[in-house]
Amino acid sequence: MLEIKNLHVKLEEEDKQILKGVNLTVEAGKVHAIMGPNGSGKSTLSYVLSGRDGYEVTEGSATLEGEDLLEAEPEERAAAGLFLAFQYPVEIPGVGNMTFLRTALNAQRKARGEEEISATDFLKLVREKAKTLKIDAEMLKRPVNVGFSGGEKKRNEILQMAVLEPKMCILDETDSGLDVDAMKLVSDGVNALRDEGRGFLVITHYQRLLDHIKPDVVHIMANGRIIKTGGPELALEVEKNGYADILAEDA
Amino acid sequence: MQSPKVALRARKDEATEARLATLTLPETGGWLDGLRADALSRVRAMALPGPRDEYWKWTRPETLISPDVTPAALFKDDEPPMFDEVDRLKIVFTSGKFDAEASDDLSLEGLTIERLAEAGATDLHWARDLYGTLETNGQTPVERPLAALNTAFATDGVLIRVTGKVSKPVSLIYRRESEASEAILHHVVKVEQGGEMTLLENGPAAARFNKVLEVEVADEAAFHHVRTQARDHERRAATHIFARLGRESVFKSFTVTMNGVLTRNDCVIELTGDDAVAHVAGAALGDGDFHHDDTVFVTHDAVNCESRQVFKKVLRNGAVGVFQGKILVKEGAQKTDGYQISQSLLLDDDSQFLAKPELEIYADDVACSHGSTSGAIDETALFYLRSRGVPTDQATNLLTLAFLAEALQEIDSEELSGLILARLEGWLERRRG
Ligand SMILES: Nc1ncnc2c1ncn2[C@@H]1O[C@H](COP(=O)(O)OP(=O)(O)OP(=O)(O)O)[C@@H](O)[C@H]1O
Ligand SMILES: [Mg+2]
Repeated sequence: MLEIKNLHVKLEEEDKQILKGVNLTVEAGKVHAIMGPNGSGKSTLSYVLSGRDGYEVTEGSATLEGEDLLEAEPEERAAAGLFLAFQYPVEIPGVGNMTFLRTALNAQRKARGEEEISATDFLKLVREKAKTLKIDAEMLKRPVNVGFSGGEKKRNEILQMAVLEPKMCILDETDSGLDVDAMKLVSDGVNALRDEGRGFLVITHYQRLLDHIKPDVVHIMANGRIIKTGGPELALEVEKNGYADILAEDA
Repeated sequence: MQSPKVALRARKDEATEARLATLTLPETGGWLDGLRADALSRVRAMALPGPRDEYWKWTRPETLISPDVTPAALFKDDEPPMFDEVDRLKIVFTSGKFDAEASDDLSLEGLTIERLAEAGATDLHWARDLYGTLETNGQTPVERPLAALNTAFATDGVLIRVTGKVSKPVSLIYRRESEASEAILHHVVKVEQGGEMTLLENGPAAARFNKVLEVEVADEAAFHHVRTQARDHERRAATHIFARLGRESVFKSFTVTMNGVLTRNDCVIELTGDDAVAHVAGAALGDGDFHHDDTVFVTHDAVNCESRQVFKKVLRNGAVGVFQGKILVKEGAQKTDGYQISQSLLLDDDSQFLAKPELEIYADDVACSHGSTSGAIDETALFYLRSRGVPTDQATNLLTLAFLAEALQEIDSEELSGLILARLEGWLERRRG
């Protein structure tokens, strides 16, 4: 599904290398988790994959179902099935949540040569997904993320994911800021989307999320590289001992 | 040796006389003639605006006062006429002349409508106390000679007297037929105590349009105004609104301007009765050869009044936006709530926004705030939208509409704001990609 090879990325504005040869393959139907110390490059990886400005790829490649990602515009990547649940979702005053979601869904459909969804079908779809995430109608009416609490913003990200039904979902610390119940809701939302045709890359600092969303593979990222890969037990080890041992092994 | 100041004035006088030489004072033989003559002497006393006038430092007045009209290509409108869906009373002016054939019957419950060109012939008329009076009041502390010129030479207009709550809007529709046409129209509206009306305006009127609207809103009366200025790219317009508000009255005016090589909209409002409310707002969208100037002057001269000025401009390809807005709170106008915001969204580096927000306050118990900003599209928001699959141009338009939303909210009628929104969307949509 997602194949990242030897990815090197530096900041466009300054001579600072952030990703230093990332290798990672997420197969369809699998959930991969990435853990790693603050500043190790996890969010940078997610931004580069989704096409944010400000980064320069100096070496390596990233493909989605065999198609090159890095040359495509962010909207083309989205239409191809890539989705990033942001670590810090953006507030957009003046743009209604529903307008935003419908515009996004229809733009993606159009890009894929599919028919636009009717207003009634769309409303039904969003209401149904919102209900399972306990997002109330009043929140849907508000401008995108404006006045949402931290947890509400994260739930809104998952709502977007549920409505857009991407093939490859990247979740950047979606668990941070969530209370215990919200964490369960969000995890249920993610698990409901787990499917043979869909891949997940879950960035998190805590084992707790992985209790709910059981990963197939766990990676440890440090200093711009994946330094260790293992099964779910690797996350437990980090939870217990921190990164010191793993970092020492790598050195 | 002439001093520079005297020489400057001499040049202005010369330009004024050159302009006046192209005009003849209409004579109707009634109450109007004297008021026109007065206005003409006021024009001569002030002289028409010159490029060195402080009040015209960002907008060049030359083409608005030149003897000849700069021709403006006729515009082929590709949209259905504005406000077509609205149940309204239509009054059409074609090339600056009342068009009886295209207009509805001028009768509607709760108001009387007369044509200026006809009503001027009588000896006595209610409009006699208003025509040119609000305009004259509006000449201090800042002179507005183009408005006095209008009072002197207006060829037609409507005189509307509102005595009740009017069930549907009165809609002034301007049409133009020739490339070098000029129109000078002057409307007077008097909303009597407890009365209520909505006035709509749309269309280009002429290659060069000079329009004055004087509105007296009596105690407990309400006046709503929504206008769109035509999409004709090459047309020029100088318009003035003069409004005087009584106790517990409401005045709300919204203008949307898309295209037009030159537009200067002055709005002068005086709150003279306690607890009155005045909102004036506008959205201007310009692409390329576009210069739009909103000049607003709100005077608080009573207790516990509220005023709002909300002006938004979207500028691209070298378009220029100007805002000169003032809130004057006179001595004794306590509990004044004054708000003013002017903002521009610059879609590229070539476009420009010039703003002069002013507050002048002589009362101590007031809450006044003003702000002015100029900025580009928010890149973070843009990326967020794109990452969800919305193409850049469409995302930009969404964010542009979001930027305009605060101004649009100033329109009370949902039907009208919906129609305006659709036009804004159309304008943006035509510029995608
Ligand atoms: N635009 C930028 N300008 C300067 N430094 C940057 C920029 N983007 C990323 N960095 C730096 O790159 C490094 C990696 O940042 P990144 O946000 O990817 O880390 P992270 O692994 O997601 O951390 P966290 O766990 O705290 O979220 C950090 O040192 C960060 O300061
Ligand atoms: Mg991060």
